[in-house]
Amino acid sequence: MATRVDTDAPMISSASQTYDVWKVREDFPILKQTVHGKPLVYLDNANTTQKPQVVIDAIREYYETYNSNIHRATHLLGEKATRAYEAARTKVQHFLNARREEEIVFVRNATEGINLVAQTYGRRNIGPGDEIIVSAMEHHANIVPWQLLCEEKGATLRVIPITDAGELRLDEYEKLLNARTRLVGIVHMSNALGTVNPVKTVIEMAHRQGVPVLVDGAQSAYHMQIDVQALDCDFFVFSGHKLYGSTGIGVLYGKYDLLDAMPPWMGGGDMIATVTFEKTTYNDLPYKFEAGTPHIAGAIGLGVAIDYLNGLGMANIAAYEHELMAYGTQVLSAVPGLQMIGTAKEKASVYSFTLEGAHPNDLGELLDRQGIAIRTGQHCAHPVMQRYGVSATARASLGCYNTTEELDALVRGLHKAKQLLG
Amino acid sequence: MAQSQDEQAEQLVEAFELFDDWDDKYSFLIDLGRKLPPMDEAAKTEENRIQGCQSKVWIVMEPHSEDGEAVLDFRADSDSAIVKGLIAILRKVYAGQPPEAVISYDIEGLLERLGLSRHLSLNRRNGLLGMVQRIKRDATQLSVA
Repeated sequence: MATRVDTDAPMISSASQTYDVWKVREDFPILKQTVHGKPLVYLDNANTTQKPQVVIDAIREYYETYNSNIHRATHLLGEKATRAYEAARTKVQHFLNARREEEIVFVRNATEGINLVAQTYGRRNIGPGDEIIVSAMEHHANIVPWQLLCEEKGATLRVIPITDAGELRLDEYEKLLNARTRLVGIVHMSNALGTVNPVKTVIEMAHRQGVPVLVDGAQSAYHMQIDVQALDCDFFVFSGHKLYGSTGIGVLYGKYDLLDAMPPWMGGGDMIATVTFEKTTYNDLPYKFEAGTPHIAGAIGLGVAIDYLNGLGMANIAAYEHELMAYGTQVLSAVPGLQMIGTAKEKASVYSFTLEGAHPNDLGELLDRQGIAIRTGQHCAHPVMQRYGVSATARASLGCYNTTEELDALVRGLHKAKQLLG
Repeated sequence: MAQSQDEQAEQLVEAFELFDDWDDKYSFLIDLGRKLPPMDEAAKTEENRIQGCQSKVWIVMEPHSEDGEAVLDFRADSDSAIVKGLIAILRKVYAGQPPEAVISYDIEGLLERLGLSRHLSLNRRNGLLGMVQRIKRDATQLSVA
């Protein structure tokens, strides 16, 4: 790891006393490598996070010792796989503080969770003239499924505007809520701006009108403690691969009564009770929504990722990342010509920025040559880019294993890039 | 008549070989881009834009005749300094050449020799190949005309 050069920079103090980031880093084998001959500085966590050894081991162990299909086997391996898969569901239930494990549906990712709600709850409950509200800082995953539904049903998508800092205009939201509103879809934490939205307030306001709320937790679930009962959200989705688990596994949480009343989406094995050519009856929750063989290894890996995060403590992670975030904001702000896109008061783990005279893609490439991985582009949030009048941004995003030294390396990398592009 | 493609290519390869460090190579590439002949702002239209590039790239073909022979030329620009450097490399081996030479030239081989094909991200590569395709398409039209 590069040594610190800026001795005047603020130090992380309080959180680091209870959180040993250097020990955490030891758990992630990928972080030990060099890229282009430089130590890897991985700052693309909002895209996907790296995996701790325990998750990799759990997935390998499944395939090496008890790979089997679940819910139907009469043999020991199948029994073991079924138990591990269902144990993972229980871990997710507790992680989100859901009331019942039947409220946890395994899907591929947050995107699939939103599409599931749009295609089942949405198609049943939304009709011509109805309205769906989203915000101006949504990821495409929480825009397009609703647009598809609106097109099909003759409904309208309404958009909560945001301030220049990247905060929700709650006053405008209040005005948008009306008797035609059927659903609110809101991002908990913006992937393009880092804004953490006051979702509890958003939900309370919707509920006063009897409108259910879906929370897109793809970015929030791995940065802060989630309590779906305290939030009182009706649906909550997240992706396993951002929560230090594998790709291909995600979660849809839904309140039991809502999920139970929803028609199935995909048909196939495991989601049925009885099948005849005349009439098929469906399985109970959550299996009704889990057609076909699921990503068993992914679910087991996600369960272990949750164990791992619980071991570190979500509150500790949040506190550490909060201080790291403040440190990064300070050192990045000192880079001449750097403009931060998204300066909300409540913000976490994302630095989206432009650098004067430098195309974000060039920045990404020149940082990569220095071993620093960031994302550049539009972050699957074209409307956000349009809102700020930029064609793209560079985005550095934090995970539980990043350090102040890495943020210093980013700053040095930016200076170097600037000098080359000069 | 412009220098032959091989002469141009050799000069580029020699220049790139002078640098041991990645940053010197990039610095040289970016500098090549800076020396590109300017492109008229009015020509930066959607029509002239190459699709498939993450950064914006515009290209206008300017074929003309030299000693009674049709040769290809083009002006291009990008909002990315690195892409401008890549455009400069394309100009070195394509500009002022007869269409047949443009069509048959092994650009992948040159990028390989410059050590660029290994370093270019897949996205950049696709964008660069988009430019090459556009140039070759126009060269083909020119050779038929």
